[in-house]
Parts: sequence; C-alpha cells; structure tokens
Amino acid sequence: MIGISNIIFLIVAAIGIGLFVWQIRKIRKNIQLGRDLELEDNPPERINKTLLVAFGQQKMFKRMLPAILHLFVYVGFLVINIEVLEIMIDGIFGTHRVLGFMGPVYDALMAVNEILAALVIIACAMFLWRRNVTKVPRLATGVEMRAWPKMDANVILITEIVLMFALFAFNISDLKLAELKGHELAGAFPVSSMFINAFGSDAGTLATIANVGWWIHIIGILAFMNYLPSSKHFHIIMAFPNVYFSKLAPKGKFMTNPAITHEIKAMLDPSYQPPAPEVDAEGNPVMQRFGAKDVEDLSWKQLMDSYTCTECGRCTSVCPANITGKLLSPRKIIMDTRDRMEEKGEHPAIFNPNHYKEMGVERVETTDEKTLLRGYITPEELWACTTCNACVESCPVNIDQLSTIMDLRRYLVLEESAAPASLNAMFTNIENNGAPWAFPASDRFNWADELYLPSKN
Amino acid sequence: MEENKKLIKVPTMAEMAANGQEPEVLFWVGCAGSFDDRYKRVTRAFVQILEHVGVKYAVLGTEESCTGDPAKRAGNEFLFQMQALTNIEVLNGYNIKTIVTACPHCFNTIKNEYPDLGGNYEVIHHSTFLQQLINEGRVKIQGGGEFKGKRITYHDSCYLGRANDIYEAPRDVLAALDADLVEMKRSRANGLCCGAGGAQMFKEAEPGRKEINIERTEEALATLGTEGVIATACPFCMVMMNDGVKNKEQEQNVKVFDIAELIAQAEGLTK
Repeated sequence: MIGISNIIFLIVAAIGIGLFVWQIRKIRKNIQLGRDLELEDNPPERINKTLLVAFGQQKMFKRMLPAILHLFVYVGFLVINIEVLEIMIDGIFGTHRVLGFMGPVYDALMAVNEILAALVIIACAMFLWRRNVTKVPRLATGVEMRAWPKMDANVILITEIVLMFALFAFNISDLKLAELKGHELAGAFPVSSMFINAFGSDAGTLATIANVGWWIHIIGILAFMNYLPSSKHFHIIMAFPNVYFSKLAPKGKFMTNPAITHEIKAMLDPSYQPPAPEVDAEGNPVMQRFGAKDVEDLSWKQLMDSYTCTECGRCTSVCPANITGKLLSPRKIIMDTRDRMEEKGEHPAIFNPNHYKEMGVERVETTDEKTLLRGYITPEELWACTTCNACVESCPVNIDQLSTIMDLRRYLVLEESAAPASLNAMFTNIENNGAPWAFPASDRFNWADELYLPSKN
Repeated sequence: MEENKKLIKVPTMAEMAANGQEPEVLFWVGCAGSFDDRYKRVTRAFVQILEHVGVKYAVLGTEESCTGDPAKRAGNEFLFQMQALTNIEVLNGYNIKTIVTACPHCFNTIKNEYPDLGGNYEVIHHSTFLQQLINEGRVKIQGGGEFKGKRITYHDSCYLGRANDIYEAPRDVLAALDADLVEMKRSRANGLCCGAGGAQMFKEAEPGRKEINIERTEEALATLGTEGVIATACPFCMVMMNDGVKNKEQEQNVKVFDIAELIAQAEGLTK
C-alpha cells in the first residue's frame, strides 16, 4: 500500500540523489580543469591493479591493525548497500522487507549484515580512539591537519556509528513486533535477537522506534552521500577510478615533455621541422607552461588524486624529509591541490579550504598569490623532496604525490629560473663539463689509470 | 710483486669500433664512478670483476657525459633532454644494445626515460649483473671469502628499489659472501632514502631537525651492533652513509662498501 510516507520518502530520496548528482558534476568539472593525459593503455593490467589495490585493499595491509579495522568498515559498506537497496524499494512501494522472498539467502544476508554492522561500530569506535585519545601522530599532527580535516574524520566515524545503531533499532523493534504478533520475520538477526527486549514490548512504541530507526538510517545515508564530496570520505568512490588510472610505468620513470624535445631537436639540427603547435578555438597557438604553477597546469589525474586522498598521512609518515623535520608533507601537497582547485573552480556543498596563516605564526610562509604555487605550496617544501617515491609506494589508493611535486619544481626552474643557487651551479657544471661537479671532462677516464688484476698463475 | 699482477687496459668504444668490434656490454661508468674518489674504487672493482670473468666489455671513456638525471630531478627538463639526446646520439652511433652501470640513477634514467627520446637499450644494474655472474658460476667466492660470518646490512637505493622494484638482486649477491646478513627495520619497499636523491646531493638540505643520512645511519648502526659493513649499490647512498658513519665516529668499526667491492675483495681481485 502506498501512503503519504511513501510520497515523502520519494521526495526525500529524489532531493538527496539530485543534490548528489549536482555535486558530482561540479567535481567532474573541477577534475576537467586539468591538462589532457592519455591513460587508456593496457586495460587488463589496469583492471588487475584495481582488483588488487582498490577492491582487494592490498596496500592497506602494510599496517595490520588499521587494515583489519578498515576491512570491516569497507566490507560492511559494500554488503550493507544491498539492504539499502531493499530499504529504497520498501520506501517507494510501501512493501516490508521485499527481498524476504529469497528465503535462506535472505537469512544469510541479514545475518552477515548484522555481524558486519556490529564490527563497523567496533572499528569506528577504535578509529575514534586512535584519532582522539592515543592520537596516532600521522592522524593527529601536521600543518595541514587543521580544524576541518580533524572534524571531518570525527563526523564520518560518528555518522557511521549512528547509522549502524539506527539499523539495529529498526531490526530489534521489527523483530520484537513480529514476535508479539506471533509470526516469523523474514531474515536471521544474530545481533538484534540478543537485544530483542531492549525497547520493551509495547507495540506502539516499537512501531515508532522501528519507523524512526528506518527513517534515520535512510535519511542518514542520503545526507552522508551528500557530505561525501566535501569530505576525505569521498575516497569510497574515487579510490576505484584513481587506482584504475594510476601509473603503470616503473615509479622511477618521470614524465618527458615532448614540447621541449622539439625545441632541443630544432636547436641541434636546423633542418628539423617541429610539429605545428596546438591551436585553440580561435586558431591562436596554445602557450603551454612548462611545469605547474596552478591547478590547471596539472593533469586531470593529478587533480583526481586530490579528490581520492583520505588524509591518512601514510605518505607523510614515511617521507624522509618530513621524518627529519623538514616542512614538506606529501599529504599537504595533495590537500592543497584540492583546496586550490575548489577555490578556483567549483566547490561542493561544504567548502573549508586550508589557509596557512590563520592559526598565527607557523612555518608555512605562503603569499597572497592566488595560485597553487606560493599561495598554498612554498618552494621550501618542494626543494625538500628527495624523489624517493616512499609516499607513492605507501599510498593505499595509488596517489602520485611525487608527480605534482615535480611539476611544481619544473615551473620554478623552467619558467622562473628560481632554483637554489647550488643547483644552478650543478646545472652549469653539467652544461660545461658533462658532470654535476666541476671536473674537466678530459679527466673522466682517469679512473682507469694503473688498474691491475692479480695473475691467475 | 709486480710480476703477479697484470695491467688492465680498459677498452673504449672508439677503439672497438675502429677495430670493427662490438662489446657484449657497454659499461656506463657515470659521473660519480668517474670523478668521485671513493666511487672510482667501485668502478675499478667492477672492471676487475669484468676482466676476471672475461666479459667482453667497453666504456665510452671521455665520450661519456652526465645522463641528465640530477638536472631532471631538479626540475630542469631542458638540460636533461639536452644531455639525453646527446648521449643517445653517441650510444646509437656505436649501435649499443646492452648497458651495465653501477649507478641506479644512470640505470633508471637510461632504462626508463631514454626510450621516449629514441634511446632503446637493455639496461642492467650491476647488482643484477653480478647476480647473473654468480648464478652462472662465473664468480665463485670459494668458502665465502674474507666476509664470511661478518655482519652486513644492505641499504636499499630508492632508484633501484621503489623506482624499479629491484630488491633481491643485491641481496642475492651479498648472500654469496656467506656473511651474516641483517635487515634494517625499514628495508625493501619500505626502505628509507639516504637523503641524496632528487638532486639533494648537490644542495644543502632544507631547514629541519636532522639530516636524513644521520637518521638512516643511526638505523644501520643499531642494526649492525658494534661492528660490520653497510652495503650499498649506489654512489649517492655511499657518500651519504659514509658521511653518516663519520659523523657518528664509527668509521673504525663500520665500513661502507659497494656490493661490487665486496665481491671483488672476496674473490681476491683487489690485492
């Protein structure tokens, strides 16, 4: 039977989903600010990687405890979605546990759901503990971990706990009501059946609790979905495409700029004909910046990286520069990119960019320039990088922090000639002597002088 | 004892080409291997091994030039490509097919970044090359040699390890020494950088609490205990670990050696 509550549900669901689609389009637009980049090669390897790293959580297991806790929440998220589907159908058509016809399959599904929901509550409680009580350093410290990122994490964890409790409230009262009416409720409920008397045995109260639990769960999910685009929790969606499009080449291979190749070839060989430059809609040649000064100089994949970041800080916690007290934090590079992109482009429902001077004296000496470089990320951070790839290796969702650092460095050197003096000296040495040190090229082979091998006889 | 040793005449590509010959491998020495006094000893040790096993090799000699790696990591793509295109012209001119090098930075650059610019070669790092020689029985090390039972810890080079997933080759080489190999807590994919990559070798570190090489050396010293060897497979790592050991005043107890030096010494080639 379809009543007024079904219509209300339909309206709420439509608003929730509509708002979500609207936000997703904004984020899509932001990502499209980035430079074109072809990343369609080798689909089998990409699918394989996605299965292992995204679906299989492979890189999470470098750290056991958070990996197991996260696995509970992740599997819970995947499986409980099946119940959400049922809730949607029930809500629209006024049915009750519409998937109950599946019999033993439904029993198993509900039982697994209940156990996972309980594990999600335990995992989220432990995550809250790690963030707020034991204060795991990578989660609690760092210049980029300001009020909003910290609150964001707590909001997510508390919401997840509330959602799971709402689910239990619905199941417990539904189960008790069925018992009172003397009929069998479809499904098996190992957790709820332990607490079957938690809400007493008044049919009216139980019906209200079941109803409220149901509504909190579904409205909670819709609200949570709309919170995602403003939150680090967006990784639950972005992790999959981001891993799919991640770099397949060895980590040591850095991008080669073909525009520079043409310039050099023309320099070395006057007869060399470089290809015609790209032109825009009006036929004017597109002036490509070397390196990146702002978000539109980065590739769409680098922008997608920042929407995938969960701010877990694994990258920063293994960064040799950060470990030894330098300003560089790979996580900050990624978070800054997202904040700057949303400042410049579209922004989702809740928008709280990091600003580095608002908390008084600190080491991040940004300027008022409205660009990613200097406005958010300072040369001091960029020059601290050893390009060791520890951050890239550590990231559970295959973010390439190093590629962004390198593009910003390239801008400093190629467009501003703003390398540290000692590096400029190194460049000069390479130009003059073919070596980064000031040794004459004619001495290059002197190492071979008076070299002996013991005779075998 | 002059009569017990023979002078090595290191063959250059120019000579080989003039005689219409082609080497099995080109040994790319690299700038550190050519100019850095400490790393020249590694170059010499590796050549002694090549001569000892009778590999037909050659070097470019004075025709070699920087691969461009430090320029590229420092953001100077222009200078990198200048170097790369010039080197590729030389290498292709000699019809080079296989390159071996003792420098992970040269290795990474030639192997991964030269193909986009027209330089396609089989590039082998000396750790893999030595591993092959040991596996083929061409380097034997009777009874483990002078490092038998000694405590050795291997420091992973970022450009060999994470950058190119080569973790086992240097360890297999060290295993031939029959030494007491110990691993640092941060090793293989989790290895900590020595602090010199990304052109840091050529500049002062940014302001911070500590130098990265000190952090790494402390870890190595704690792993080794009172004495032993830190094994490296990269010229920059070698400089950084050596400086760290000196800073900690442990140079009497702890030595830093490249894996090629350890093999050459154990084979009795350096006497």
